Amino acid sequence: MAAGVFHKWPLRRLRPLPIVKLARSVAQRRPIGKTTMVFALAVILVFQLGGEIIVHLFALPVPGPVVGLVLLYVALTINGGVPDNFRASATVLLQHLMLFLIPATTGLMMHFRRLGDEWLPILLAALGGAAVTMALTAVTLRLLLATRRAP
Amino acid sequence: MITDIHGFWAFLQASPLLWLAVTLVAYQIAYAIYLRAGRNPLVNPVLVSITLIITVLLATRTPYPTYFDGARLVHFLIGPATVAMAVPLYAHSERLRSMLLPLGGALLVGSATAIISAVAIGSLFGASTETLLSLAPKSTTMPIAMGITEKIGGSPSLTSLMVTLTGISGATMAGWLLKLVRIDDVATRGFAIGVTAHAIGTAYTFQLGEVAVAFAAIGMGMNGVLTTILVPMLLRLLMRH
Repeated sequence: MAAGVFHKWPLRRLRPLPIVKLARSVAQRRPIGKTTMVFALAVILVFQLGGEIIVHLFALPVPGPVVGLVLLYVALTINGGVPDNFRASATVLLQHLMLFLIPATTGLMMHFRRLGDEWLPILLAALGGAAVTMALTAVTLRLLLATRRAP
Repeated sequence: MITDIHGFWAFLQASPLLWLAVTLVAYQIAYAIYLRAGRNPLVNPVLVSITLIITVLLATRTPYPTYFDGARLVHFLIGPATVAMAVPLYAHSERLRSMLLPLGGALLVGSATAIISAVAIGSLFGASTETLLSLAPKSTTMPIAMGITEKIGGSPSLTSLMVTLTGISGATMAGWLLKLVRIDDVATRGFAIGVTAHAIGTAYTFQLGEVAVAFAAIGMGMNGVLTTILVPMLLRLLMRH
């Protein structure tokens, strides 16, 4: 029976083209090989570029990468899932987000003088503002989720 | 021989190699300390790394722009990492969609609180007007905050300082503060951290799991957009007094 089906599909018996073989091996390889990591980075950079172009064209007040995030989200929704090796590459990037923030954060050293002059209001606004904001946001969200579940 | 060493040092200082190496090594040391301390937020890897790097820069009399030029490659990766956040967001899209209205309400409260509390505390303790204007957008990510400050007449570099301090404060206090107000839900924790402490907070949520990351990312993104709208409106009200 199975053999009969295959006879109706002569293409199945042809040897796959090398490019098809390559694509298949790339798609099936679970650990991140060089090819897949670079492929994922290429996809991500193209989406970032798209975001940057849209921001420029429409003079949006948001950064290009945030629009790129939205574009990639839409693309994943259309695709109906995240390819395994793409997910692995994205996770590697996200795990080291703290590292990427370091060069900009080091810019703090440019403001030692201002920190000396206005350290009290600056420190209190940063600490107090963060505490009040975080607590109020969390409590509001819990309240809204609870009232919605209640009825 | 002496001139050779000076020449070599000048070459190193101007090349990305040295500053990329310093940044990565500082991060490795900071991360090892962080793990050894049982992920104690007081030794937040960002805080420890920049302390190490600033020490090296001051000791070698290297100006910050020289360092930043060298470490630009690391800085660039913030963009791709932001785009990559679509992956955890997509993984939890069903839950996100079902919570859209409560999230919007909490965001409105959080975003307004961030702006008003910063300006109020600042003016209460005698900050200058330029500092106050630079304080207003401090809970959003660096590029958005600097764009806002430019528009309202604050100082972008001062804003980057405020954004940094807020991020570190938020990530440092998140653990005990959210325990204090009894928030157990990981999604709620992640969202509040993302709204308050932008990318530094979102980076911190990685130890709370993928759900927290997704909600932190959406909190950070939504707050960025809302703050650009709210800051000019609220400042007009606040600065009148």
